[in-house]
Amino acid sequence: MTEKSTNLTNGPERLKFFEDNWQTEMGAWFPGERVVLRGKDVFTELNECSWMEYIVYAITGKNNPKLATIIEGLSLLSTSYPDPRLWNNRIAALAGTARSTGALALAAGIAVSEATIYGLRPIKGALDFLYRASDQKDHGIPIEEIVKDELKANRSVSGYGRPLINADERIAPAMRFLKSIKADSGKFVKLAFEIEDYLKNTRYKYQMNIAALNAATVADLGVSLNEYYYTSTLAFIGGILPCHLDAQTKPEGTFFPLSVDRIKSMPCANREWSN
Amino acid sequence: MTDNTEKTLEQITTKIWREEAEVDNPFAAAKSYCAGFDVYGDLLGKISLVEYLWLLFKLDPPNKAEARTFEGLAVALANPGPRDHSVRGAMNAGVGGSTRASALIAAISIGAGNLGGAREVFTAVQYWQQCGTDIESWIDIIDNPPREERADVWPEMEHTPGFDPNGASCPMPVKQLLDHLVEIEQNEPLLWLQSHRQTLEQHTGSPLAFSGVAAAAFFALGFEPEQAEILFLLLRLPGAAAHAIEQEKMGWSRYPFFGNGLTLTNDPGPVANND
Repeated sequence: MTEKSTNLTNGPERLKFFEDNWQTEMGAWFPGERVVLRGKDVFTELNECSWMEYIVYAITGKNNPKLATIIEGLSLLSTSYPDPRLWNNRIAALAGTARSTGALALAAGIAVSEATIYGLRPIKGALDFLYRASDQKDHGIPIEEIVKDELKANRSVSGYGRPLINADERIAPAMRFLKSIKADSGKFVKLAFEIEDYLKNTRYKYQMNIAALNAATVADLGVSLNEYYYTSTLAFIGGILPCHLDAQTKPEGTFFPLSVDRIKSMPCANREWSN
Repeated sequence: MTDNTEKTLEQITTKIWREEAEVDNPFAAAKSYCAGFDVYGDLLGKISLVEYLWLLFKLDPPNKAEARTFEGLAVALANPGPRDHSVRGAMNAGVGGSTRASALIAAISIGAGNLGGAREVFTAVQYWQQCGTDIESWIDIIDNPPREERADVWPEMEHTPGFDPNGASCPMPVKQLLDHLVEIEQNEPLLWLQSHRQTLEQHTGSPLAFSGVAAAAFFALGFEPEQAEILFLLLRLPGAAAHAIEQEKMGWSRYPFFGNGLTLTNDPGPVANND
């Protein structure tokens, strides 16, 4: 009996139904024997997968080596910068200089990669925008109108423009990689460049950033928003780990120390607490 | 590369904090001021923890009623109990011998969500900002909840924020907390929630939850949704911490594993290994 067949929508009866009753097609461990993921035996049916192919299968339920190759290649080229000034990497470096653990540094680094000005929000947002833009284009709406509507509604276009600098040095190497695996000329990749062609000539002068190209690439494989979100959660660890290790192996507390005069306090008169 | 001798040093700009350096060490503070109050020379010994928490967020002291309301809320939220999802996360860390930091990370990550968590409080405070004490507005927003037009990393709300979709009637502790907070100052939003609770419950089809009382209290105290979200995360940690330490000592063998609780509905069965 499944939940649906019980017609339980809410209330404690629903919890009672699920008490010690987790029915799943996702997977399970049979202690001392075997393990199954999405109906396949891990030891005999998934044992020749690459690590990323396994993760893609876990997330999507589909055997998709091309998507795994794209995720690995683009994660390496576009989201694994070993620079501890970048906000998520800096957290891992701070954990290193403060002599915390590697797993805590990595967990915190991944958690903050779910950011707004970079990371998972733009990553998911770029795919969302491309799917909506493509749909509108299919209905005959010109690129100019699609982009103007997006700017009007959100004052930004996910995947275009970039904090700190406008041009994105990752586009060229990413395109070389995508060309090498014949993933550089799909409908969505073309659309991403079409949108850039329009945007860079507007007063915003936005260029495409890597989020748009990466999203376009997976869109050409029909990846859903959620699938893309989950496969992207690990994309930053290649940059996070070296930054942590670097700080961990230097004298403790020496990663960008801040003296008292590095605090710029906004004016506030001294006062005394009264109970 | 930055040349610190020639360029102005970058600073952290803050309204909250000011420091004066020790004469022999620019990296150590001799005096620290929070919103103009000398933390170690004046506040220490005078201010309660809850008042200090208020000061950090509001930059002005609370009046007596505000401090009592905030304190009442803090006590009520401090331990959601060992059945709560976030506390269970912390205990899982404990029984496995994980780092204590990971116990709190687990509690925060789980307790951040839309079901009984901090994101629910964030959304509920937004509802309060939109609807205030106008029952027609509340009924309208319950019937027509706002939907994000753009994809976000947060899942959509699946129930009215502040109400428990798995509940039956409003639990006594929730009513006791609301009654207590109302008694302190007859604060209008809390008083209104007390008198309209059953109407709201009829429309949502679910009982008021702690998250709902917390959201009303944060709104009544003038906290922004972002402040309410992060304070809710913070205030629920003490119980998670205590339960994690307790279960760490008890060990995994005295903690549920749900050994017979899982059913794999698409088990391929043992697969012959050709090796």
